[in-house]
Order: sequence, then C-alpha cells, then structure tokens
Amino acid sequence: MTAAQMSRTVMRIAHEILEKNPGAERLAVVGIHTRGAYLGARVHRLLCELGGHEYPSGNLDISFYRDDVAARGAVGIIPRTPQPVVKDTDLPFDVEGTTVVLVDDVLYTGRTIRAAIEALFDYGRPARVQLAVLVDRGHRELPIRPDYVGKNLPTAPRERINVRLEECDDVDEVGLVQAGEGE
Amino acid sequence: MPKRDLISIEDLSREQVELLLDTAESFLPVLERDIKKVPTLRGRTIVNLFWEASTRTSSSFDLAAKRLSADTIALKASGSAVEKGETLKDTAITLSAYGPDIIVMRHPSAGACQVLSRNTEASVINAGDGKHQHPTQCLLDLFALRQTFGRDLDGMKVSIVGDILHSRVARSDIMGFKLLGMDVTLVGPPTLIPRGIEEMGVKIEYDLANLGDADVIYLLRIQKERIKEGANFLPSLREYNRLYGMSRARLRPGQRVMHPGPINRGVEIGPDIADDDENLIALQVFSGLAVRMAILYRTIVGYTDAGSEEVL
Amino acid sequence: MERTWHKPLPVVDLLIRDGRVADPLSGIDAVHDVLVKRGKVAEVGKALAAPKGARVFEADGMLVLPGFVDLHTHLRTPGREDEEDIASGTMAAAAGGYVKVFAMANTDPVVDTAAALRGFADSARAEAVVPAGSYAAVTRGLKGEQLTEMAELAEAGAVAFSDDGRPLATASLVRRALQYAKVTGRTIAIHAQDDSLFKGGQMHEGPASARLGLGGIPSLCESLDVARALDIAAYEGAPLHVHHVSAAATLDVLGKAKARGLKVTAEVTPHHLALTDEAVASLDSDLKMNPPLREEADRLALVKALKSGLLDCVATDHAPHSPMSKDVPFEEAAFGTTGLETAFAVLYTYLVKKRSVDLGTLVTRMSQAPAAIAGVEPPAIRAGAVADLCVVDPRATWTVTPEGFRSRSVNSAFLGRQLTGRIVLTVAAGRLAWEADA
Repeated sequence: MTAAQMSRTVMRIAHEILEKNPGAERLAVVGIHTRGAYLGARVHRLLCELGGHEYPSGNLDISFYRDDVAARGAVGIIPRTPQPVVKDTDLPFDVEGTTVVLVDDVLYTGRTIRAAIEALFDYGRPARVQLAVLVDRGHRELPIRPDYVGKNLPTAPRERINVRLEECDDVDEVGLVQAGEGE
Repeated sequence: MPKRDLISIEDLSREQVELLLDTAESFLPVLERDIKKVPTLRGRTIVNLFWEASTRTSSSFDLAAKRLSADTIALKASGSAVEKGETLKDTAITLSAYGPDIIVMRHPSAGACQVLSRNTEASVINAGDGKHQHPTQCLLDLFALRQTFGRDLDGMKVSIVGDILHSRVARSDIMGFKLLGMDVTLVGPPTLIPRGIEEMGVKIEYDLANLGDADVIYLLRIQKERIKEGANFLPSLREYNRLYGMSRARLRPGQRVMHPGPINRGVEIGPDIADDDENLIALQVFSGLAVRMAILYRTIVGYTDAGSEEVL
Repeated sequence: MERTWHKPLPVVDLLIRDGRVADPLSGIDAVHDVLVKRGKVAEVGKALAAPKGARVFEADGMLVLPGFVDLHTHLRTPGREDEEDIASGTMAAAAGGYVKVFAMANTDPVVDTAAALRGFADSARAEAVVPAGSYAAVTRGLKGEQLTEMAELAEAGAVAFSDDGRPLATASLVRRALQYAKVTGRTIAIHAQDDSLFKGGQMHEGPASARLGLGGIPSLCESLDVARALDIAAYEGAPLHVHHVSAAATLDVLGKAKARGLKVTAEVTPHHLALTDEAVASLDSDLKMNPPLREEADRLALVKALKSGLLDCVATDHAPHSPMSKDVPFEEAAFGTTGLETAFAVLYTYLVKKRSVDLGTLVTRMSQAPAAIAGVEPPAIRAGAVADLCVVDPRATWTVTPEGFRSRSVNSAFLGRQLTGRIVLTVAAGRLAWEADA
C-alpha cells in the first residue's frame, strides 16, 4: 500500500464512520498505541472536517491489559512476546454513553482489541464500540470483527504486516514481510 | 532463566531504574480514574512477608498488588524467626505451597532475602532487610524527585542528614541517587556516619550549616534507641535537634525536604517543615504506590521493552 | 607425657616412588623415593627397592611433604557431634594432609577439668585417624572468672590453654593466667578481642561494612587486645600465643614485641591469607567468621608476615557449623568456616602459585613451626623419623563442593571456588590415614 492509497483508505474509513453513525454527536475516536494512535488522529481530523463537529478523541495503551502477562508459565519467564513500551492512556472525555471507534493499524488475532475493549470499559460504559483497522490480515483467535476495514490482506502466519507511518517511520506504507526479516 | 529478584539497588542498571520510573509514571493515569485497577497480574499470587512491623510499606505493596489484580496474602510475623522456632528456610518452604510468584519481604537481618531466594521459586522483593537495603524506598524517592524536578536528575545535589550508620534507606538512596548522576553529601554526627562510607562516592559533613546549594535535604529518622544508656551514639535527642534538626530557618529558599517517614517531630524535623506544603513527604508516600506497581509489573514481565511492534 | 591420642591402626610398609620430596627441616627438595617400614621412615633415596609385602605408591610429578599440624581445630566433641566428631574431624584433617590436630576447649561441656580432657583422650584413642590433642580452657566454663586447674590439666596432656571463642576480658585475668602458666609449663593462647569494640559486629569495619550496613568489627578490636596482652606478657616474662591474627595493625604490635625479644608466637588462617571483606558482599554466611575477613591491605600484610615468620604458623580455625547455624540470614549466622580440607590447596593456589610465598616456607608454616609451638616432634622426612607425611598432586584442579567434604559440616568459605593441589595420600603417626580415590 502506497502513501496515496493509504490516504484514500483513511478518507474512505472516515466517510464510512459518518455514514454508519448519522447525526451522532457523542462519537469519539480512540487510537490504540502506537500506530493505531497516529491513524486514529488522522481519522479523527478527517471526521471533524467532514462532520463539521469537534468530536472527542483519545489514545489507549493496552500494556496492562494484555492476556499474556498474567498467563502462568514458569515463574519469572519473560512473556513469549516482547512487551510494548508502556505509554500513557489519554481519554480526555467521558466514555460513559459515547460511541467509541477504536482504531488500530493491523487486525490479527483479535487479542489486542479484546484488551483495548477491556481497558476502555475501565474508564466507563460506552454506548457502543466500533472497530476500524487499516489492514485485516486474518487468523483471528477471538470472535472479533471489524466495522471498517482499509484492506483485507490474507497472510500466512509466518508473514508479518509492516505498517509504517510518517509520524514515527518517516514514510506511509504497508508491506508484507517474512517473519524474521526486519525484526 | 534465573528468576528476577530485587534485593539491592545494585541489582539494577541505570536503564532498568529509568524504565521502572517510566513504568511507574504510566500507572499514574490508572490511579486517577474511577476504576483504579488493571488486570495485568490477574491470577498471580503475591505474598507480603513482614517480620518487622511496617504499616506503610506493607500496605503500599498490598494496594499496589491489588491495583494490578494480583491475589495477595499478608503474613506478619512478630518477633524473630528464632523465637518462633520456625526458620526462615522453613517459612519459605511452607509458603511454596501457595505457589507465589513474588514474595515481598521485610526482615530485621541483612542476608534474609538471599536465604529466602535460595529456598523459593518466587521472585523476592526486598522491602527492607536489617540496615542493608530498602530498594523500593529509593525508587519511590527517585520517582518523587522526577515528579518534582523533571526527568533529568543528573547533577542535582542531595544532602542526606542524620543516622546514616543504621539506615538502610540511606544506603539504597546513596546508590540510587549516584546511579542517576546526583551529587550526594552525608550530614550527621560522626558517631552515626559509618567509617569508609566515603568510598561510595559521597561527601561527608558534620555541620548542618554546610548544606550549601543542595537542592534536596533528605532527613532520616532518629530512632530512640540511639540514645539508650551506654550506646553513646548521641548525648540526647535535644542536642541532636539543636545540631541537626531541620527547620525552615535552616533552609535556603527553594530547598525541598524529603523524609522516608514516619517522622519524629521536634527531633529531626521541625513542625514548620512537617506542616508546610513545600516538603515532598506526602508525594513520597503517593509515589510509593505507582512505583511498587511498576516493580511488581516489571518483576513479572521483565525489563525488556525491546519491541514496540504489535505481535498480537 | 602424651599430648595427642589416636586409634591403634596398623602401621604401614610403603614405598613412595619418584615424588618431589620437599622437607625444609631435613634440607631436602629433590625427587626421591621414600621408604616407610613399620610406620617409620626407613630410607630416603634413589631407586629404592620395595620390600616384600610393601605397598608401592607412584608419586611421579607429585610432592611428598611433611604432614601438617593444626594448632586450631574445633572438633565440637563433646556436645555438638552433629557438627563434627573426632572421627569425622580427624578424617577431614587426614584428607587435608594433616598429621596432628589440636582441638579447642570450647565444647559442651568445656574442657576445663582433667576428667573432661581424659574423656577427650579416650574418644580420640577410639576414633581419631590422625593424632588429636586438645587445649584446655583458661577459665572454668570459659566464663572469664575463675582459672581452671591448669597444673592437673597439663599433666593430663593439655597442649596449651585457651578460652578461644572468648577473649580474656580483663587485664588482671590475662596477668593471672600468664603468671600461673609458669607452673604448668604450657603456653597461654589468646583470642584477642576487645568486647566493647566488638559489640554488634558482623564483619570487618571498613568501606564494605559501610556499604552493606553490617555492624563493623574494627581492626582496633584485635590489635588493642593483643597489645595489652603483650605488655602483660612482657611484664610477667611469660610466653604468649596469639590465635588467628587478622589485621595489619596487630602485626605492628607483634613485630615490636618480637623485636623486644618477647616469647610470642602467632597463627594466621588460610581464609585470612586468601580472602578479603569484599567477598562478604554476597551476604553468604559461610563468609562470616571471627575475626572477620579484612581489607586487601591487611591480607597483603599477613602474607608478608607469614613469609617473614612474624606470623609463625598457619592454623585453620576449622569451625564446623550445622545448617541451622549457617543456612540463615547473614546477621543471624554463627561465625566460622571449616578449613582442614582446603587449607593446603587454598594456600597453594592463592600464595604459592602466585609466587607470594615459596613452597618450602609454606610447608614450614603448616607443619614444623606449629609442631614446635605445640611442643611435639616436628614431622620430618628422614630416616628414623615417624612417618608423618602427605603426598600432594600439585596439578590437580578441583572445585570445592558440599559433597566433597569428609567433615560433617559444609560451611566452607571456599565453596564454589576452584583450587589447585590435592592431597592424595596422608600417613600420620606411621598409619595410612587418607588415600584419595584414584
């Protein structure tokens, strides 16, 4: 996916969100750290422009909600996946009764989204939660379904989707890499 | 993979200390919201094993564990292990039946954490062992300093005042402060400053008038037993207060006061300082919670924060 | 009068072939055969023939040394046979190349009567694989109050008098003991320690104790007490032996006393010659001993004094302790490390291999000098002498492990360390006391 394609995709997602939530004023965009937060900010900016309304937005860090931290392995063993850098969660609005659109870059097993939903609920009880992702690569391990998909990209488990964003990677692009490469 | 213990500040690198403090900072929003709890350590078991009375530290650890959704057991043993007839080793073996992930221990004797660690699969966190170490106090002190002065503590000047000889807090703080690049001076009567401590890279002053341009004055608690008949560490608490008791008049503007608590009003700290809102004492207590959450979290998940790539 | 006792094992006929015989007392350091007949050295020479029925031990590449004599062993018997008894303690001694050991009197009950000493002698006759002797206490019950019946104890075979484990707390007590020793002809030995400076002490007072927050035992605690005892010994003209010297400051006062012509002797332990207080940072209670490990400057001064003879001999202060006393927090642990089985290897590894002390000096300090202090025949490898010798493989490198001990206790300060030099054979009083598994 090139920068231009990505820009069009994000624009389409913003349109779809407005279509699916007509007249909703209590609509908030919440990005999931790290790249979901940048994408969320982009979606949010477009939404405000298109909708002519200053919608609330925020970021969510799910480090403390991951399901592989508390999983019992041998004591003290480093979890099988590297732990993300813990970042701040920032939700400067009342979650209670709001329609929250979670934004993430890649949807894979669904575990991140599960963690994000749980984290969100610790801040209040939203009216509904929707999910927007730039790429859906399949291989779900939980019953989670996105409401807005930029692109479906069927992958093999050994492959990895590499989303790079200008905000942190100096370039907008989505690539498919074999596991082990570029790690 | 060896288990992860935190027995001395020396167990940590500068990077690890900074990561712990960053992690603690990320817990602050959790502590501010309505549901002050995350599910991170759900299903984990944390034992608080206290052989010495300590309401503050044990409740701080207990709450930190609960905020992380861990299950906690508090065991308070009065008197020494020897008096109870059960050795520390036996206690460790008994506790193993609960399959704890972490044992937080306070013990009157240096070396107790090593004995415990040898006899348990759990990670051991030292909540104070004799006069040896109190690493979590040091980390919360560093956190309170960062909250007050900003992330970069390099070059800051701290004077630690009082009974250095008997203080595990002083020893951990000296190491931790030095690790983050701070300049440490010890102030107190020569009877309470251990011989050879200058080799830790600290300056020594016997006169409180020489606080100079210290940014922070860290007061230590003076235990009543130091004036016990025959001990002769101090002639009297009154004289200690006259020479080393901190009052507003002895501070320069901008100098901030810290104290690990509980304070002895009228001994090492005057009421004018204890009651004002310039001191960092309450911030230290508050910092304890976030810092201990971070310590428990990092003890379980590790200090590697390598990949921010989403692998889930 | 006998000063040691041992089990009546059969005497050996043995030919030790092609070993490097190093015996400073006999003035030998060359490859020789050593022939032992009926427990006595029959001949030292080249290409000796093995008599019929004699065992032949091939010692090519090995050292054949006069056996070691330990002036400072805790055999814990009677009272703490769970930690050591005479059988296990003398087996440990044999495994360490020792041919005589002298036990301290701080047992339970204390060796403070002739009856108690005779009890020790009886046990040694039944169990000791190397000859064992005993000190008697200076004061009854080691209480530091009333002198023991020293004359009778000396007649019963006490090698010397010591309240080891406890200092002689007052100047007047030191004086009375030294005066009365003239009646017995035995030396008074002191565990030097100023109790008022010792109080609460856990380790040497210095940068390491400051860093660890452990109560400090200043060097002054030892040197002051030695200085006082030496002044009294000079005043009374009585001989004095100083146990386990640990501090450079003590060497200063010892040196002055010797220069004055005082009859003073002093011992030093292998651990004080090899380790320093920095090792205590691990808070491993096996490194807790009294006197404590001191600083590198002290250690270097001790090595120098061992070399010069200011320190007359090595003594192990072998102090077995049960896990109940040692597998506890450092601050609650008992003082002491075992030493018999590691002494030679430690000193060979830390001093001889590093060329701080030559082999001949080490042998003198471990064998003949302590024997002379104890007033027993110094081990020697020459025709006519009782066979008191050991064979050492100087190439063997081994790691100290709890499983490797003959001692009943495993509290060694050297656990986990790699040592060079292994005792492969010990003949004590003409009897085969130890042979390592091939």
